[in-house]
Amino acid sequence: MNNDKNVISRDTKLEDDNYKWGFDFQFNADNAPIGLSEDIVKLISSKKNEPEWLLDWRLKSLNHFFKNQDNEPEWANIDFPKIDFQKIRYYSSPTDKPNPKSLDEVDPEMLEAFTKLGIPLEEQKKLSGVAVDAIMDSVSVATTYQKQLEDAGVIFCPISEAVHKYPELVQKYMGSVVPYSDNFYATLNSAVFTDGSFIYVPPGVRCPVELMTYFRINELDTGQFERTLIIADKGSYVSYLEGCTAPFRKNNQLHAAVVELVALDDAEIKYSTLQNWFPGDTNGEGGVYNFVTKRGKCQGKNSKISWTQVETGSAITWKYPSVLLQGDNSVGEFYSVALVNNYQQADTGTKMIHIGKNTKSTIIAKGISAGKATNTYRGQVKVLPTAKNARNFTQCDSLLIGDKCGAHTIPYIEVKNPTAQLEHEATTSKVSDDQLFYTQQRGISLEDANYMIINGFCKGIFKELPFEFAIEASQLLRVSLEGTVG
Amino acid sequence: MSKNIIEIKNLHASVEDTKIIKGLNLKINVGEKHTIMGPNGSGKSTLANVLAGNPSYTVDSGEIIFMGQDLDEMEPDIRACIGLFLAFQYPVELPGVRMWQFLKSSLDAKREYNGQEPLSTREFDNLLNEYAEKVGISQDFIKRNVNEGFSGGEKKRNEILQLSLLNPKLAILDETDSGLDIDALKVVSQGIDSFSSNENSVLLVTHYQRILNYIQPDFVHVMMDGNIVTSGDKSLALELEEKGYDWLSTK
Ligand SMILES: Nc1ncnc2c1ncn2[C@@H]1O[C@H](COP(=O)(O)OP(=O)(O)O)[C@@H](O)[C@H]1O
Ligand SMILES: [Mg+2]
Repeated sequence: MNNDKNVISRDTKLEDDNYKWGFDFQFNADNAPIGLSEDIVKLISSKKNEPEWLLDWRLKSLNHFFKNQDNEPEWANIDFPKIDFQKIRYYSSPTDKPNPKSLDEVDPEMLEAFTKLGIPLEEQKKLSGVAVDAIMDSVSVATTYQKQLEDAGVIFCPISEAVHKYPELVQKYMGSVVPYSDNFYATLNSAVFTDGSFIYVPPGVRCPVELMTYFRINELDTGQFERTLIIADKGSYVSYLEGCTAPFRKNNQLHAAVVELVALDDAEIKYSTLQNWFPGDTNGEGGVYNFVTKRGKCQGKNSKISWTQVETGSAITWKYPSVLLQGDNSVGEFYSVALVNNYQQADTGTKMIHIGKNTKSTIIAKGISAGKATNTYRGQVKVLPTAKNARNFTQCDSLLIGDKCGAHTIPYIEVKNPTAQLEHEATTSKVSDDQLFYTQQRGISLEDANYMIINGFCKGIFKELPFEFAIEASQLLRVSLEGTVG
Repeated sequence: MSKNIIEIKNLHASVEDTKIIKGLNLKINVGEKHTIMGPNGSGKSTLANVLAGNPSYTVDSGEIIFMGQDLDEMEPDIRACIGLFLAFQYPVELPGVRMWQFLKSSLDAKREYNGQEPLSTREFDNLLNEYAEKVGISQDFIKRNVNEGFSGGEKKRNEILQLSLLNPKLAILDETDSGLDIDALKVVSQGIDSFSSNENSVLLVTHYQRILNYIQPDFVHVMMDGNIVTSGDKSLALELEEKGYDWLSTK
């Protein structure tokens, strides 16, 4: 069936190891010196030839960051040594000639590298349905499918390019959903962000292909601070997906992205994430700190934003893709599978802020814990006085594999309008020995039985993903589950 | 001369350090139907689980030879692939796992193990529809999750559906008849009957005589306190029906 249509399969069969994406590429990299300072910010800005206003904004953010440097948030249910922000490299470009104009200009070695990762950019030209932007460390490597998108009037390009080509759009919307002062990591990102994707879908346009960005951290000691901005103009629709991997590293790598979505009247944005950053080894060494701010604003009436995430990677995941339901009748959705194994920690969930009338939100969060890992769902539903007839449905299910892992559910609810209707359900279950034995008795191996049962647990989420990625997600789950039974 | 499908020699087995099976011997030949009867708690389900390799049960000593192979250390899925099937007394629910997917994966796994190509979706659907109809399982059930929200009778029919589909060498049926109304009992019995042949063997665990109105066993064994205390033909079942089990325990 469609299983062998490996659109972005990353099963590279390199080593017989659980993390199959851990190899390292040797490129000539153009690295900034390690450390954080005004000079570094200026260097990043000048590398990208940025206009004055953007440099000013970066410097303002940096100032704010330095002023609040001692106020690193501590409320999350995660545990990690203090990060020394002076020991991180804030800019690394993996090639001598950044910003290629088309695939033909892309370094052949880079193309080969992505093919090795299972993302054959060359073939993307032929495949129908997905346009890919690949980002290695700080720089966008290639964006495919440009012609078809141009015909539809859809802009899909690296944000560094959008700054030059569409400055009004970028200036108008960047920071409009996540202000530079929003939180510790968002502030840092605002100062040093390097690249990311920019999407604009014009009024009434249904984006003809799925858009995808593929992120990879490659260089040692490099932080990844990408910034993504998606604007769906009136009556438009776009479905976007991001995938992420990183090589094996003994040290932790920091990933602090900011994603902003804006949906105007009657527009819909579907945002899917397959997050598979290096989770650290089985002893808990290394791995990516994934501290990300993702927020969407349903600015217009009848608009809709839905977040679907499958989180299997990272040593620590700390993120709450949220929706500000500002327009009347707007809809926010959050569908999540977060799997933690070995020593991984995840504190993730969502915030749904109801502002407009008749706004509706749905939260379905599935947490899977194995090994010695902890998984926390943290969610907030807030109904402001203006949000007449707001509705929320929340369902949090936790699944435990073995008895050394943990699961926590922390819902915050704040209702300031008496017409609101909220429902909350939560369950905790285990993959039982009886279920495993029953399945095995039908000829299915223990690993497959475990996978089948867990896949069943996640089913409601996977169906929210674009079809190819649903297959991809369940493959990812399978790999992440290796060794959790038997 | 008949060939044996399974031979159990001096089997001792326990659950959580409690000895349940105590020196049991049993031989089933190809094409034979055996029934094990016995009061609740005598160890019938334990025996069935041990034969199928449930890791919650421990074999303390003795041997189980199935199709000429020692089952010691053999994984449950491999036992299934070489032809051992257990219809569970209490089939478990698998939330989110579709029946179709479960059944197809089972058959594919077994075929793969035995060096056969997986069936195409169409071939499989034809086979599935044929058997589902026979056991009175409707299309709607195939779309549902495995055993989730099924009634007791539906779960038992589902076990028989899987039996038909997987067509094992030895079917162990643990109380597949209990809790069924008369219609369901007929369907289940027919399922077992059409499975059993000169090449297939049946080990039917029950504590009711009534299913024996539909299925004619070659041997009836009585199990008490972890061992077979007496064996005979169908007339033994009738005798048990009349007198109960007490007369045996004093023997
Ligand atoms: N998982 C278990 N843990 C502890 N005791 C068990 C377990 N399963 C069965 N037993 C005990 O083993 C004995 C035999 O049970 P079982 O094999 O289910 O008998 P039967 O099927 O003949 O009714 C009973 O005393 C029962 O309580
Ligand atoms: Mg029993």
